[in-house]
Order: sequence, then C-alpha cells, then structure tokens
Amino acid sequence: MFDNPELIKLVFGRLTLESFPLHEPILVVTFIVVALGGIAVVGALTYFRLWGYLWHEWFTTVDHKRIGIMYMILGIIMLLRGFADAIMIRLQQAMAFNGSEGYLNAHHFDQIFTAHGVIMIFFVAMPLVTGLMNFVVPLQIGARDVSFPFLNNFSFWMTAAGAALVMMSLFVGEFARTGWLAYPPLSGIGYSPDAGMDYYIWALQIAGIGTLLSGVNLLATIVKMRAPGMTMMKLPIFTWTALCTNVLIVAAFPVLTAVLALLTLDRYVGTNFFTNDFGGNPMMYVNLIWIWGHPEVYILILPAFGIFSEVTSTFASKRLFGYTSMVYATIVITILAYLVWLHHFFTMGSGASVNSFFGITTMIISIPTGAKIFNWLFTMYRGRIRFELPMMWTIAFMLTFVIGGMTGVLLAVPPADFVLHNSLFLVAHFHNVIIGGVLFGLFAGIYYWFPKAFGFRLDPFWGKMSFWFWVVGFYFAFMPLYILGLMGVTRRLRTFEDPSLQIWFIIAGFGAFLVAIGILSFLIQIFVSIRNREALRDLTGDPWDGRTLEWSTASPPPAYNFAFTPVIHDLDSWYDMKKRGYKRPEKGFRAIHMPSNTGTGIILAGISIVFGFAMIWYIWWLAAVTAIALVAVSIGHTFNYKRDFHISADEVVSSENARTELLAAGLKS
Amino acid sequence: MSRAAAHVTTEDPVFYLTDEHDHAEGGSTMFGFWIYLMSDCLIFAVLFATYGVLGGNYAAGPAPKDLFDLPLVAVNTSMLLFSSITYGFAMLAMAKGRVGSTQAWLALTGLFGAAFLCIELYEFAHMIHEGATPQRSAFLSSFFTLVGTHGLHVTIGLIWLVTLMVQVARYGLIQANMRRLMCLSMFWHFLDVIWIGVFTFVYLMGMLR
Repeated sequence: MFDNPELIKLVFGRLTLESFPLHEPILVVTFIVVALGGIAVVGALTYFRLWGYLWHEWFTTVDHKRIGIMYMILGIIMLLRGFADAIMIRLQQAMAFNGSEGYLNAHHFDQIFTAHGVIMIFFVAMPLVTGLMNFVVPLQIGARDVSFPFLNNFSFWMTAAGAALVMMSLFVGEFARTGWLAYPPLSGIGYSPDAGMDYYIWALQIAGIGTLLSGVNLLATIVKMRAPGMTMMKLPIFTWTALCTNVLIVAAFPVLTAVLALLTLDRYVGTNFFTNDFGGNPMMYVNLIWIWGHPEVYILILPAFGIFSEVTSTFASKRLFGYTSMVYATIVITILAYLVWLHHFFTMGSGASVNSFFGITTMIISIPTGAKIFNWLFTMYRGRIRFELPMMWTIAFMLTFVIGGMTGVLLAVPPADFVLHNSLFLVAHFHNVIIGGVLFGLFAGIYYWFPKAFGFRLDPFWGKMSFWFWVVGFYFAFMPLYILGLMGVTRRLRTFEDPSLQIWFIIAGFGAFLVAIGILSFLIQIFVSIRNREALRDLTGDPWDGRTLEWSTASPPPAYNFAFTPVIHDLDSWYDMKKRGYKRPEKGFRAIHMPSNTGTGIILAGISIVFGFAMIWYIWWLAAVTAIALVAVSIGHTFNYKRDFHISADEVVSSENARTELLAAGLKS
Repeated sequence: MSRAAAHVTTEDPVFYLTDEHDHAEGGSTMFGFWIYLMSDCLIFAVLFATYGVLGGNYAAGPAPKDLFDLPLVAVNTSMLLFSSITYGFAMLAMAKGRVGSTQAWLALTGLFGAAFLCIELYEFAHMIHEGATPQRSAFLSSFFTLVGTHGLHVTIGLIWLVTLMVQVARYGLIQANMRRLMCLSMFWHFLDVIWIGVFTFVYLMGMLR
C-alpha cells in the first residue's frame, strides 16, 4: 500500500514525513518539553478524575463568567508562547553581529517574528479583551447572561480552535514567513508555496468566526439586556467602551474574513486578485487588510480605556470626571478608526492630497485620546488615591501611553513617515501603545476583577514584583528600538553589519529578560494567591469599595448573577445604592430561568480544527467529510428546542443564605 | 423603565424588582440577526469594492460585453424577485397561523431560489466553457467571487429553508419556529437587495463599459 505514491497523496494530501521538523533541534526539544507537560497535565486530570467536572462545568458551559475566565486562561497560555517568540527574536538580534549568524536560520527566524505578531494580537490581546468583556459586561448591566449564551460558548471554542492550529504549526509543517499581515505577493502561492501560509489563513478564519459572533452577541447584550433604569448615559464606562469595541468588531472583522478569503482563492484556485499579472493588484490587499487592521487596534485599546476609567474612579474614590466627554471621545475614536487606515502605507504612492487627508485624520485622533488622559488626571485630582495594583498599572499606563501617542503623531506626518516607515522606530511605537496601553490595561483589569471572579485577591507582593519588572523591562526593551529606528535600522532583520548597533540590541534584550521575570512573578503570584486564598478572601463582594453593579453581588457571583433584577437610578449605581441605604433582600426568592449547557460548541470547533488541517495539507476527502459534518451538526443542534431550565427557589435561597453568612463573617472580622 | 425612573425623586427608592417576569426567550434574536446581516453586508461591500477596483482589468481577455447575456440575467433576476414575493406570502400565512399554506409558499420560494441557482450555474458553466475562467483575469476573478458568494448565500438559504420546513412540519408554528422563519425572511430579502446591487453594478454597468 505504501509504495503507491498516488494513493498516499490521496490519503495524506501533501503531508509527508518531511513535514515534521525533525532537523530543527530547537523544535524537537520544544516538542519534547510540550509533550511531557501535556502528558503530565492529562495524567493529573485523569488521576484526580477531573475530566467529567471540566466537561460538565466548564467546556460545555454557557455561563458568561466561566466563558470569560476560559478566554483569559487561553490568552495567558498564548502569552507565554508569544513571549517565547519575542525573547528568541531579542536573543538572535543581540547575537548576530560581526559575521555571526546567531542561532536561528532565516527559515526559522521569519516564522518566529510572524508567529509572534499573529499570536500576540489574535490569541493574546483578543482573548484577554473578549474575556474581560464577557465576564464584566453582563454583571455591570445587571443581566443574568448574554443575549445568545450558546453562541458565546461556540465563539470561545472557535477562538481556541484557531489558537490550536497555530500551535500545531510548530510541530507539523511550519508557520508563515511573511510578517503578521502577510502581504502579497510574498504570501501568494508563488513565493510561499508551503503549508505555513495556509496555517495562517485557516487559523485566522476559524478564530475570526468566533470573534465576529462574540461581537454580535455582546452588542445585542448591551443594547437589549440592560437592567431597568439603565439608560445609555447611565451605562458604566467600561460597558460603553465594550459597546464601541463590539461595534468595531462587527464592522471590521468581515473585512478581514473577506480579504483572507480572496487570498485563499488566489492560493487554492489560482484567481488573480493580488497577483502581479493578469490584472491583479497587491496593494488592494494592503488597503483591505488595514481597513480591518486599524479598527483592530482600537478594538484592543478602547476596552483598556474603559478599564482605566473604572479603576481611576474607584481608587480615587470619586465619580469619573467628564463621563459625558469620555463617552463622546470613545464614539469619536470609534468613527475615526475607519478614516485612518492609509497611514500604514503612506509610501504606497497615493499622492500628496490623499496622504495629507489620512495624516490629518490620524492626528485628529489624538484629540479625543488626549481628552481622556485629562479626564483621568482630573478624576485623580483631589481624590483619595489608593495605590493598589490596578491603580499602579493605570499610572504606568498614563506615563507610557503618552510617549507612545506622541511618537504616533510623529509617524502620522507623511514626510517623517517616509523616513521612519518599516523601521524599528515603528516597532517601538506600536509596542509602546499596545504594551503600554492594552497590556497594562489588561493587567489593571485582571487585578481589579480577579477578586470578583474567584472570591480572593491576588497577592500584592508578587504583583508589585511583576509590575516593576514589567514596566522597567518595557522601557529597557523598547527605548533602544526608538534610537535604532531613528538611525535607520529596519524591522525583521536577522543579522547586522554595523557593530556599533549591537549595544542597543543587548540593552533591548536585557529589557526582554526583565519582562520575563515580570511574567514569572505573575505566575508565581497566581500560585501563591491560590495557596493563601483564605487570607486573601473577599467576603463582602465589594473589596475595592466599587461603584458599579458587579460589586453588588457575591464574589464569585452565583450562576444567576443577581437574585433579583436590579433597578438603576444613577450612573454609579452601586455607589448610589450604598449611599441611599440599600438593603440586600434576604427572602422572597423565586426560581430563576437560565440557559442550559451544551456540547455543540466544542464539537463544532473540534471538527473545524480537523477541517482547517485538511485544507492546509490538501487532504481533500477529509475536508469534504468535515465540511459536511459541520453543516450536519449545526442543523442537528437546531432540532434541540429544550435549551433552558430553572434554578429552583430552594437553590437560590441556599446560595443567598450562604452569602448572608459570609457577609456577617466579614463584618465581624 | 419610565416607572423605575419615576422612583428617583421618591424618598424610598426601589433597587430591585421583586415580581420577576420571565424574559421572552429570544428577545434579542431579531436585533442580533440584523447585526449579523450588516456584518455580512460588509463582506459584500468588500467584494463590490474589489470588483470596482479590479473589474476593468481584463488582461487582454474577454470583457463584460463579450460575456453577459442580459435577457438571461433578467430571467434570473425575476426568479429571485418572485421568490421574495412568495416568501412574503409565506410570512402572511404564518401570521394567520396557517401551517399548510405557509409550507406551500415556502416550497414555492425554494423552487424559485433553486431556479435562480440553476440559471446562475448554467451561466457560469457557459462562461467557463468559453475560456472565461476565474483564473483568466482580475475582472473575472472578482466577477466570479462576487456573484458566486451571492450564489453561495442563496444555497445556504435553501438548506436553511428546507430545514425550517421540516421543523414546521414536525413541531408546527410554535414561537421558536416563527422566530426562525422571521430570521430567514430577513436573510432572504437581504440577498435580494444584494442581488439588485449585483444586477445594476455588475451586469448593467458592465454592458455600458
């Protein structure tokens, strides 16, 4: 059987033994470590008999809180992978001077910088942002779940399926070598005939379905599921930013889907959208992908702005300064997000008028953003600021982000951009705003809402360790890149000629090392906090003296979130309730109508992985079978009409009584 | 909400509802599906834009005038427009609770949709036979992709239609099924609107080029 090449090709497509990178010692060692770790985890889960628990309580859950937590776990795991790529880049660039080739060959290095970008944006920042929105938004608006609970589960698993495909590319075949946006013609079939580019396409397409559906879901939730009395201008500011972010997701991700589909047709069918001949136009791809790509960065930063607003107001113990202007600034940024895409390629040659238009719209964005910075400063002004971890991250953000914002305005000037285009200055700029803005915001959010999610705080000592190593490490890692960029060093270089540049790369590498300690401290912190959870326990449900509805319920919240639907009278609704003598209801509980769990989401995502894999390796029979299976399972799911159940009044009473006891214990201590 | 707002001024504010009414199941479905349709509309927007940019790049191959058969496209368009009318009648029958006539109108809608697809496939086959393949030029790539994506949507609509007919036959016009029929109705009319764009922008304007 195995001596018939035609048959083997029919069964395995283009997957051969050579597809496994056995000749790359780095990958082989990585694989062994990952395999051992995987076996250990699977063994532990089996030994402690946790599979049933995971399946029934987590994998099939439609509870927005648990789905949110699973998104966060996915994001943090992928952060480790993305950071491993980062530190490999830093090490290579610090070494490859004076004729040294470093330790990575070009084939491997190009995959690493591509994977780093793709993973950090799609599988770290996106899941962390979506996870926080998923967890927080329904609680902030007084809802019991999102509008479409099953879709929520499905969205998460599709995102995880995309991440799984990217991870698979590490050991089966290779990843794209094109940079994170995969410009054609380099990403076309002529220059990238291998499977790496196809891993990129299918991972992003599958994860993109999840992102789009979760955007639709959260948008409908915020518009339709608000508690009585919560008018749009009484919406908590994080929910406002989440609303705008989801508008952006719904309006931007279809463009990514479409443009990747066109690239797929070019690669699989031989059409001529982005080719150099037969009338194709590669710049069409660059325009389209940035029409998605620029809104994407606001998709990431807006929720971070929302987190900073909540944190500043809470820890300054003051109402947020300029709530209305904050809302309008968010909306203006949302709109402007669509009017700036061309600043990513001023060098395309679109002429002075077009470049001026996009340069000016780009600079205008700094106005609403600047208004936000001043609002935060005025919120802090004369407040009684408590320097807890979320507040520390917020202040670090304000200092760092202003620097990144200013270099952004610099790059928005087309003549300056012609010089700095594609240089390390650009790399420093966007890391400055994405790490200094998005990531710092996510850390602030994680520290802020962790007690709500798990019922205990994170250990402050290791948190401060993590904070200082991250912040200092960030400056060491990226300030040298600004200098190198100004000196004309372009991005994605593997080796260098000029020995005088080496010192800057070594400093940047040192910064990455500090960040590694920061990440390690974060992991230690989680471990230490779980061990000391009794000492760190939050009995009140309101550890920070919060102002919005999520702090009115228990930590962690019961499955139904609120025993009675809250009624809102004021913007800072929970603060208002505390001030006006709100008494927690202790009797009269009723049964609560809830959606039931389903395994369809994880099954569909699992089939999608196989489908993606089959398409990547040209295993056509498997692709056909899985495509039919996807349709069949989806249709089968619609024949299930019984999708809800009631939490009985007795259960509500017992969990609310437990909370009454906790609150009493909290008052005594 | 107005009731709750009135409490702001009273001395004894109400902070929670004690008499819980069950939320109507699927209360956000119409809104959510509308949002989804708008995102789908953007996919078509990208394909239209791509056709707008690349539609004149014939690469010394055939141009719209050499390929398009307007009478055939007119027949095709009428099939789709008729299917929208018959779907409308199905919705009217549904509103009156008549299972039999709802099913009949849905079946007719499906037939018109299938006729549309057959004519489109015939047109495609004919063009490919003449050497006007999607690979021939950027114009043809964007033509086949735009029109084909619409056709793919109609195909999905047909599968959905058949599924719903089975579900109506099995469970009757229950609330959940009526909601699903409403969603498919939006989807079906949406495809009609897109087709008007394709007919005008691709076929009619193409003949003028």
